[in-house]
Amino acid sequence: MSSVAQKKGFGATLWDWLTTVDHKKIGILYFLGGGFFFVVGGIEAMLIRWQLHKPNNDFVSAGLFNDLITMHGTTMIFLAAMPILFGFMNAIVPLQIGARDVAFPFINSLGFWMFFFGGLFLNLSWFFQQVPDAGWTSYASLSIASEGHGVDFYAIGLQIAGGGTLMAGINFLVTIINMRAPGMTYMRMPLFTWTTFVASAMILFAFPPLTVGLFFLTFDRMFGGNFFDHTMGGNTIIWEHIFWIFGHPEVYILILPAFGIFSEIFSTFSRKRLFGYPSMVFATVLIGFLGFMVWAHHMFTVGLGPTANAIFAVATMAIAVPTGVKIFNWLLTMWGGSIRVTTPMLYALGFIPSFVMGGVTGVMQGAAPLDYQLHDSYFIVAHFHYVIVGGVVLGILAATHYWWPKMFGTLLDEALGKVTFWFFFIGFHMTFLIQHWLGFWGMPRRVWTFMDGQGWNSANLISTIGAFLMAIGVIVLVYNVIITSVKNVKVANDPWGDGRTLEWAIESPPIYYNFPATPLVRGLDTVWIEKMEGNETGLTPAEPIKDIHMPNGSIIPILMSFGLFIAGFGAMFRTEESWGLPVLIFGLLWTFVAMAARSLQDDTGYYVKKDEILRDLKRKGGQK
Amino acid sequence: MDLNKKFTPETWPDHPERATLEAKNKFVGFWLFLGGETILFATLFATYIALKNSGPSGFGFSTQELYELPLVFVMTMLLLTSSLTSVFAMYHLRNYNFKKMQLWLAITAFLGLGFLMLEVYEFTHYVKLGFTYNNSAFSSAFYTLVGTHGFHVAVGLVWITLLIFRNAKRGLNLYNATKYYTFSLYWHFIDVVWVFIFTVVYLMGVIG
Repeated sequence: MSSVAQKKGFGATLWDWLTTVDHKKIGILYFLGGGFFFVVGGIEAMLIRWQLHKPNNDFVSAGLFNDLITMHGTTMIFLAAMPILFGFMNAIVPLQIGARDVAFPFINSLGFWMFFFGGLFLNLSWFFQQVPDAGWTSYASLSIASEGHGVDFYAIGLQIAGGGTLMAGINFLVTIINMRAPGMTYMRMPLFTWTTFVASAMILFAFPPLTVGLFFLTFDRMFGGNFFDHTMGGNTIIWEHIFWIFGHPEVYILILPAFGIFSEIFSTFSRKRLFGYPSMVFATVLIGFLGFMVWAHHMFTVGLGPTANAIFAVATMAIAVPTGVKIFNWLLTMWGGSIRVTTPMLYALGFIPSFVMGGVTGVMQGAAPLDYQLHDSYFIVAHFHYVIVGGVVLGILAATHYWWPKMFGTLLDEALGKVTFWFFFIGFHMTFLIQHWLGFWGMPRRVWTFMDGQGWNSANLISTIGAFLMAIGVIVLVYNVIITSVKNVKVANDPWGDGRTLEWAIESPPIYYNFPATPLVRGLDTVWIEKMEGNETGLTPAEPIKDIHMPNGSIIPILMSFGLFIAGFGAMFRTEESWGLPVLIFGLLWTFVAMAARSLQDDTGYYVKKDEILRDLKRKGGQK
Repeated sequence: MDLNKKFTPETWPDHPERATLEAKNKFVGFWLFLGGETILFATLFATYIALKNSGPSGFGFSTQELYELPLVFVMTMLLLTSSLTSVFAMYHLRNYNFKKMQLWLAITAFLGLGFLMLEVYEFTHYVKLGFTYNNSAFSSAFYTLVGTHGFHVAVGLVWITLLIFRNAKRGLNLYNATKYYTFSLYWHFIDVVWVFIFTVVYLMGVIG
């Protein structure tokens, strides 16, 4: 394989992307896939808000409204937020630890394609007009009673996508444990790598319960199981427990990488070492741990009893402590720093007050007695959008601007970036701040429409206007992406000028083997240390240039995932269509054959020869 | 990695299963995977405990009447012994004795197959009694927990059979040593899960 740039035909380029195991390309695939679903989920949100902009609206039917809220939540959590974060993890974490790829490049590709086909499967429900309608939590009594195949699309689609997520989690854990460059001790890892590490550990322990829960749901709905059917001795509360044992860690799986992103941005644009780095790491681990101890705060009103409620209330409030530690560390990182308000920094600055507001309402709901008042009201909707949009989405948008040059080799336009920020930020607060009061005024969540004369009209209208401002912000971002991609002004290694971590010491985007020689890491923010000592390249090599071992690309991941996708349809139509069972068997067999093909061939990768690396270096202009 | 590199028992590394970076990655990754599997089974156990003996009104089955310990005892012995034989196989993996390793793995597979056949017999027996999957919450939880374990045994059998035949002609190298080793880890894990099933499902079912 030659690295000399060649003009490739469309077919060859497509084949390259379908078979790639390069973490940087898979990162981009995750980013694009997640971005697509983000737009889909966003359109669903707009339809929801338009339906609620005035009383007694009949823009959508009640049934379609249920479809929309279910798909909006499911899409945004599983198919937009997580994959986009995975995109950044893939693109950046191996660079930050000085590795040439992830631990399992093949499984990395498999994880992406399973997410993609799982998401596709879920969204094809729109074309079958049998859409999941039991909410993104899919509580058992509702989901068992739901007619048609809607909830089956949910269960099978998430099962496939969830398998991919679990693989990605294990992959990042092993990558960070085994593949750090010499000198990169755990306490020298950039905070984005740390948060990826903890979030991956949480994926490892949170996703198996979801797998089991979805199997129970599938068995109950499709194979006559009785887990949740109380007339057969089942218990519907089991689903709630299993779902939240997964679901609560899931929100920390989303927010921790966002914390990591902001830590990088605060430190870079304050031109200071992150304040309280060890306490940041400790707080991250503690949040990861406590995240598993609080699931029942979603179930205060179920009737688990005062003892259980009290324990979970205290555990919930305890999480505010490490989170507070983080907030103060970010503030103190900026204190006395030489601050530059770039677009990513603007998002970071906007994040702090927004997320604190979401956190405070979280502690309010953590108080079990008050939760009885707030439960299932718009206050809840306001709260979780404050943490998810005010935390995760602002993080994603910040990272999009911050790492865009590293992923695509060109900067996004700063002026347009700031326009995006202000539309999005003002729109976000306009949409969701007022919803706290809507909750206090008694508006229940998940209602299709509301009647006139309850004092909810203007608040809902304001909320809808805010949502459209957010949409304008996203449209400006898409425009920004298009025009900067067309102009395609190439940037140097460190376009921000203040990069502190290893990804900024190599070209943008990096060559496929990342580092000609594995770097030596000399401390936290190693590139900054090198630059302060006058080393222009920011890197000290840990080894002489030698042959590099690289993995081969493979088409098998996409084939395996496609087999599961086919099998999903077979399983779903097994009872009413004669082709159901054969298709199920065919799909599983397809996957099995693909697995066997992978297992029986010896794929030991290939070597990039030393001569070729030296040639690449010479072409780049004599980087030592 | 050079697949054709020849070793002698002297040059064979002490820990062939994690002698290269790729092998080390698989080794750590597989341990982590088993961590996730533990949570998966924990969820199944919790559900089983919650739904044990519970069915529609007038439900006629209970753990005391249903389970037969002698059969389960034989199954347990088969699986525990198969774990021991897989240890022998790993002993020979470390000693670079390919033939003996294959032999012990084949014995492991046969013991596992025996276990699986007895489990199939057990399930068919229960179904004949009317204790079908759809019969109650108890039956759904029982078959899902024990069946998931049985499915893992079946996967392990396919896995080891493929490994034994795939490598029969070419012997050990540092590439397939990890594959053999992770299989043995998997097999021990299945065994440990069965110890819990034996205790929680069968012993506590009959006694408790």
